[in-house]
Amino acid sequence: MKNLRDLSKYFKKHKKMLYWGITFIIISNAFSVYVPVIIKDALNSLQSKIDYDVLVKYALLIVGSTIIAGIFRFFIRQTIIVVSREVEYDLRGDFWDHIQKLPLRFFQNYSTGNIMAHATNDISAVRMFVGPAVMYSIDTAIKFVVAVTIMSIISIKVTMIALLPLPFLSFLVYFVGKKIHERFTLIQEKFSDLTSKAQENFSGIRVVKSYVSEDRELESFMALSKEYLQRNMRLVKLQAFFQPILFLITGLSVIITIWFGGIEVINGQLLIGDVTALVIYLGILIWPMIAFGWVVNIIQQAEASMKRLNKIFSEPFEISDSDSTDHSITTLNGDIEFRNASFKYGENLHEVISNVNLKIPRGTKLAVMGNTGSGKTTFINFIPRLYDVTAGEVLIDGINIKNIPVSVLRSNIGYVPQEAFLFSDSIYKNITYGKPGVSEEKVMEASEISRFSKDVEQFPEGYQTLVGERGITLSGGQKQRASLARALVIDPKILILDDSFSAVDTHTEEEILTNLKSYMAGRTSIIVSHRVSTVKDLDKILVLENGKIAEQGTHDELLEFNGVYAGIYRKQLLEQEIEQLG
Amino acid sequence: MSKNSSKDDEILGKAYDAKLMKRLLGFVKPYKKYVIIAILLNVIVAALGPLRPYLTKIAIDDYIVNKDFDGLFLIAALLLSALLLQSVIQYLLTYATQLLGQKTILDLRRKLFEHIQRLSVSFFDKTPIGRLVTRVTNDVESLNEMFSSGIIMVFSDIFIILWILGFMFFIDIELSLVSLSVLPILIYGTFLFRKKVRETYRDVRLYLARLNSYMQEHITGMGIVRLFNREKSEFKEFSEINADHKDANIRSIFYYAIFFPGVELISSAAIALIIWYGGGEVIQSKLTLGVLFAFIQYTEMFFRPIRDLSEKYNILQTAMASSERIFKLLDEKSFIQNPENPQELGKVKGSIEFENVSFAYDDSNYVLKNISLQINPGETVAIVGATGAGKTSIINILTRFYDIKSGSIKVDGIDIRNVDKRELRKKISIVLQDVFLFFGTIKSNIGMGNPGISNDDIHRAAAIVGADKFIEKLPLKYDEPVKERGATLSVGQKQLISFARALAHDPQILILDEATSSVDTETEKLIQDAIGKLLRGRTAIVIAHRLSTIQNAHKIIVMHKGEIKESGNHQELLSKRGLYYKLYQLQYKEQEITSVN
Repeated sequence: MKNLRDLSKYFKKHKKMLYWGITFIIISNAFSVYVPVIIKDALNSLQSKIDYDVLVKYALLIVGSTIIAGIFRFFIRQTIIVVSREVEYDLRGDFWDHIQKLPLRFFQNYSTGNIMAHATNDISAVRMFVGPAVMYSIDTAIKFVVAVTIMSIISIKVTMIALLPLPFLSFLVYFVGKKIHERFTLIQEKFSDLTSKAQENFSGIRVVKSYVSEDRELESFMALSKEYLQRNMRLVKLQAFFQPILFLITGLSVIITIWFGGIEVINGQLLIGDVTALVIYLGILIWPMIAFGWVVNIIQQAEASMKRLNKIFSEPFEISDSDSTDHSITTLNGDIEFRNASFKYGENLHEVISNVNLKIPRGTKLAVMGNTGSGKTTFINFIPRLYDVTAGEVLIDGINIKNIPVSVLRSNIGYVPQEAFLFSDSIYKNITYGKPGVSEEKVMEASEISRFSKDVEQFPEGYQTLVGERGITLSGGQKQRASLARALVIDPKILILDDSFSAVDTHTEEEILTNLKSYMAGRTSIIVSHRVSTVKDLDKILVLENGKIAEQGTHDELLEFNGVYAGIYRKQLLEQEIEQLG
Repeated sequence: MSKNSSKDDEILGKAYDAKLMKRLLGFVKPYKKYVIIAILLNVIVAALGPLRPYLTKIAIDDYIVNKDFDGLFLIAALLLSALLLQSVIQYLLTYATQLLGQKTILDLRRKLFEHIQRLSVSFFDKTPIGRLVTRVTNDVESLNEMFSSGIIMVFSDIFIILWILGFMFFIDIELSLVSLSVLPILIYGTFLFRKKVRETYRDVRLYLARLNSYMQEHITGMGIVRLFNREKSEFKEFSEINADHKDANIRSIFYYAIFFPGVELISSAAIALIIWYGGGEVIQSKLTLGVLFAFIQYTEMFFRPIRDLSEKYNILQTAMASSERIFKLLDEKSFIQNPENPQELGKVKGSIEFENVSFAYDDSNYVLKNISLQINPGETVAIVGATGAGKTSIINILTRFYDIKSGSIKVDGIDIRNVDKRELRKKISIVLQDVFLFFGTIKSNIGMGNPGISNDDIHRAAAIVGADKFIEKLPLKYDEPVKERGATLSVGQKQLISFARALAHDPQILILDEATSSVDTETEKLIQDAIGKLLRGRTAIVIAHRLSTIQNAHKIIVMHKGEIKESGNHQELLSKRGLYYKLYQLQYKEQEITSVN
């Protein structure tokens, strides 16, 4: 219960509703438990000669009590179950709020599926505790006490004997419920094996087909399916046994009541109405007994789920504003400086960036080149603080970026990532993502610069066309150009392009670069690229190797230096020649 | 097209569709026996519950009133026997129906998986893998529920209702009519409730799906959210969907909050009617107390099956939607056609001939243009060219993953379109750049479960390509488990395994797409040796990235933009100073330098 205690803050918020709910449970039960007593009195009265009117009175009493009990039962659901949905809402909101603040590294270690499972399964397990479990445990307790009391008043002897089998019911529900849960987990595991197998086969279909192993693949998939069937049947055996045994135990109680009650009636100790009432009360008691075992299981599962949720809640937040943040900073000019900047992903890992010193005055157009793994992306990620340097510092306008409000920093940076990611929304919303209120002209302008506008014209609904899952699928190049437009629209002081034209053909790329020229004037631009054609006209070219600056200078300077850059240049010239053939 | 297919997953159609149902029932046919047994058991077991109030009535009227202890005991014993019998049958029934459901979906799953595997590679290239996986897993699963608890339990509920009615009318027709007078209200109320709940249920599902896809997307795009300062507004958007989901749930709570007390009220009204009308009859001695007792019990029994019946609706609805998606996939006919009377390839010598071959993935953009090429048995042909020259398409068409648009490809003089695809593929082994390892062991990944390949063959193949050295060092050697996609193995090791795989199958024709990824010098040496051994004595087409490979090839084909520009051996082509010369300088010259060093 340790973890579930953390829910108290959510309960507190809806304390009033919960108290009302509990009150309603008490009132509702007071009336509904009374109904069998009326039935008893009615039947008993029939054994003595009575008036017809009395019967009408009893009939009306039954209906009246049920109506009152029903009204309060309505309010019980409207309070307690509604509260459970409210708590679910709050909890899921807090969960997402937390997820949004976690460092990006968290998402590399934690699969999306895993996070989703927490947000759906675990939260709904907790809700089951907050709502139904709480409601039924209180309801059960009250029903049990009242019903047993009334039964005992009618006949303590019959009641005691009749109730004998019922505690087994609670135990049974609890133990079998637990076993069911275990077997169910086993089924889930097999199901996930089955899913992996299908996934693997469909992804590797070329290999499967070329080695003509379709039949063998089918058999191994079927072998898993058969195991899955067997595990299911193991659960079925339990469930198939469970329901009849439930009926058996409850039925036994009823038979005992009729038998012993019947003997008492024959002996003149009880009336037939009394026996009827006892049987009806048994019917009322059965559900609480079942619910008891069930509730215990729900609580255990909720506890386990809450534990998993708490683990996420205890993950530390990423980089955000701190006490040293200077909130008076509202604009940036774009002078960037790296001072002995170093970075490693973990304590014992080697440095990905080591001891970089570099000044990028405002308005500079800087190119960054280097092999895969040379640290280019890590290097530029320091600027919008996607990662913080682990040693040294990064300054903008002479201020350590840790002291600049994160929102100010990022709203001054237009970043185009390597993998263009768009949300499944309209193109317009995607382009204006960083600045939702921006004027339509700006959007057109940005699309024009990024050579995206012609594409948009051809889409069925222009800028309102949906992309992604519910809309059209954009090509890699289109995505990159849209993502460029998205960065341009925010009118940033610093523009960062991380190999953003990899899927754009060279011709289009050149056009974009020409368009960008005037846009980049006065802005600090950092362009990561593999293509010499992209970088040769920029103010300065930086070549990274193993996290260190290997070469820097202008195109001509670096050619003269005849190092890595010059080698890349010669190779690409050849490539171009080949491309122009034929 | 993608617009429609993504909507597939949101289908929430009608609960009953005769055409779909007929097709579904086709899968149950082999288990007709189970169905008949289940229905028979249902008829019996449905009677045993309603029998008990009737026995109780006899106990009260005939024995308790007449002070007959023995009779009372007899009834108690009878009640107990009925109860025991009911329990046993119930057990068998549940077991049988579940087994029926499980077996049916096992068959369906086999059929579906078999079908998907037969679909053409172009279908796989166009369809998201996740969608196909969902079809064979979740969609089939939701049918299980229909087969096991849906259809047969509907019978069970109907029989229970019929038996109760039978007993009631048998005991007293008048009182039956009076107490059943509330029934129309119950049926109408249930119907109304179902309709309302169905609407909210649909909303709940819709919002849950939105919530999930929102989270999925924003977890993937978390970096963008951060970069563009959108945490606050994104949280607002999330909260809106979260609130919609909550509200839909709360709406459904409202209906449940009305329905359950409502049912109780109707049932009390029935009891009140029994007491009022039946009680009057008892006063007039027209009826006995036992009858009242039995009727009170029957009214309580009556409500459960009616409520259950209406719940089956959801199961049916989900199942129909799933089956619609499954059948749509089963109706997909994107196959590479096999000839009706395939020619036998027999023992292949290994000559390959491309005659004016043109190929496009769609209808217009030709990636191979008028290619003609003759490869003699045992020859190694290296294909070189820049990216996009059309090299990979050669693999796709030679194995008939795709069919060519015009021209012909002949193996040993036989057009490959006249040969059984599977026979053709058995003669050709391909080694792809991206090594695909399956979940299993090293052994199973080399032998691919082929019964014609013995353990010795596997060991020999591994030894020839030089993979045995690292395999022997693994704790379980050849039985070492391979995790998903071979995550625990290095790139070089994976390549060696794929070489061993190809070699173990001892193909007459080999297609090798050399990997470009860099490995350490030692592994590179191993791989070069392995390739040499792999190519020896077979007809081979190599999409070459290694200098050593092209130097050893009998012939080099230089491709450019879908056409063959030059061909000849290494020296001849170099002296031409053409395209090959440039490619050589671009891609291979450095290897020469490093190998000299």
